[in-house]
Amino acid sequence: MGLKEIVVISGKGGTGKTSIVGSFAYLASETVLTDCDVDAADLHLLLKPKIKEENVFYGGKKAFIHETKCSECGLCQEMCRFGAIEDFKVETIFCEGCHFCYYLCPEEAVEMKDEASGHWFISETGYGSLIHARLGVAAENSGKLVATVRQKAREVAWEKEARYILTDGPPGIGCPVIASITGADLALVITEPSVSGFHDLERVVNVTKHFNIPSLVCINKYDLHPGKSREIEEYCARENIQIGSRISFDSQVIESLLEGKPLVEFSEGTAAQEIKSLWQEILDTINKREAGKSD
Amino acid sequence: MKIAVASGKGGTGKTTVSTNLAKLIEKEYEKKEDHRVWFLDCDVEEPNAHLFLKPSFTASKPVLVKVPQIDLEKCDYCARCSEVCAFNALAVLKEKIIFFEHMCHSCGSCTYFCPQEAIKEVSREVGVVQEGFCDDMGFTHGILNVGEAISPPVIDEVKSYQDWARVTIIDVPPGTSCPVIAALKDIDFCLLVTEPTPFGLNDMGLLVDLLRSLNIPFAVVINRSDLGNEKVEMFCREEKIPVFLKIPFDKEIARISAEGGSLVEEVPWVRDSFSDLWSKIKEMLGLWV
Repeated sequence: MGLKEIVVISGKGGTGKTSIVGSFAYLASETVLTDCDVDAADLHLLLKPKIKEENVFYGGKKAFIHETKCSECGLCQEMCRFGAIEDFKVETIFCEGCHFCYYLCPEEAVEMKDEASGHWFISETGYGSLIHARLGVAAENSGKLVATVRQKAREVAWEKEARYILTDGPPGIGCPVIASITGADLALVITEPSVSGFHDLERVVNVTKHFNIPSLVCINKYDLHPGKSREIEEYCARENIQIGSRISFDSQVIESLLEGKPLVEFSEGTAAQEIKSLWQEILDTINKREAGKSD
Repeated sequence: MKIAVASGKGGTGKTTVSTNLAKLIEKEYEKKEDHRVWFLDCDVEEPNAHLFLKPSFTASKPVLVKVPQIDLEKCDYCARCSEVCAFNALAVLKEKIIFFEHMCHSCGSCTYFCPQEAIKEVSREVGVVQEGFCDDMGFTHGILNVGEAISPPVIDEVKSYQDWARVTIIDVPPGTSCPVIAALKDIDFCLLVTEPTPFGLNDMGLLVDLLRSLNIPFAVVINRSDLGNEKVEMFCREEKIPVFLKIPFDKEIARISAEGGSLVEEVPWVRDSFSDLWSKIKEMLGLWV
């Protein structure tokens, strides 16, 4: 069996993705871990990585106007679609790096400068290698940083002959999510029993369908609203989406988090047992699909 | 007055805070004229506020971005368009041009620089914006089309409503990157909603850095304040960040929120807490009541 990528996403934030990935990290073997929520990365808080390699991430270039060369003709200001140039100066935060002004300027006063917009790391943890990143505040191009993290994870996985890459994905359905799931073998979608959780689940499931990624849905904290949990399960049945073990609301989840430990390492309680079943279901799903392919 | 509600970390209760605050202000202004409150949901990837405010929509319009259309009769395959495109959205082969529409940032370079004037810009839909009312409160949200990567054009369209009312409440997407910057543009104040866990603290720190770099005044709301530790409050004390509201975990609140209910209307103590929150915001911004 070739290398398999499992990515955990949620649509809605705060449904428990990172806590669950932390527990999977403890349960998994021959696995390389990645944190693709580069905008608000948290997995390192549970896995306590020792950084082995740190790299600067260049997301793109930003325009810079050399005052001495600028004749203040205003052409760049007029043509910039992003409102990034004012009083013949570039407001870096709004610059898209499109180079329009660079090619346009009759005085060649615009220089495009590399913008360091984050860092990415190769680390070792007690649970395996972790590839993670930190996007600079207000930085752009999170999709490109996600792609970098995933590429490095594959390299590390090949080198270590790992069987799985397990990814903590970002919330939402936009650029970093698309960059996280394309080409993955399974998307585990974590939701919660609420109108928001349900609504966001439908949106993100449509994204996984759009990109042809097989999905498995898990309802976390399902007992906080059994009625909504049922509605979600009925929806999944209608849409022919596989549904995995439910996870209970368990105060030990927060306690383990405060200890900075994956739940299954910290507790033998209900939620921990449910997460163990879920991980086994994920492996079974992937193995079954693989067996189906070779038939 | 434009007040944003943001969170860094997802799922901290941002939409609970924004929708309940908007309802409370709306009630407070109900009897006075021209005090209309407007709600903007800028979380266009996963918009949820309508599930709680239940607006009746009166208008809907597509969000269009400009993309190049190449006239192959005029094109001589010189590849200038591909050279000036910083996003690799155009590939020019021998007698063939491939356009990757999802890579295009609509900057206009290719159209402007084509020596043959073979490119014109056409519109492509990336989402929709809907507007409506919930009683007297105005409501606008944007919905990014599934499969689209770039949300700021939809957010910008929602933001074009931000000066329509005396008070505008803006629900900001999670994180700290481009969609958040777009949603925070030209606002007066930001409420930062967090939770007292290591994840909440970490993500809050990132947002604090961003708000400071944008010179936006802000205060903190700690949700599920009894499920965690003291570190968020310690951080706020050390950094001199005011904590305006703490909401303890409560199964009744969780149930009402899960069903899309209205906390300020259904739970008296929550209404009092939000009333107190609004007073503190007004005091901080020096607003008359």
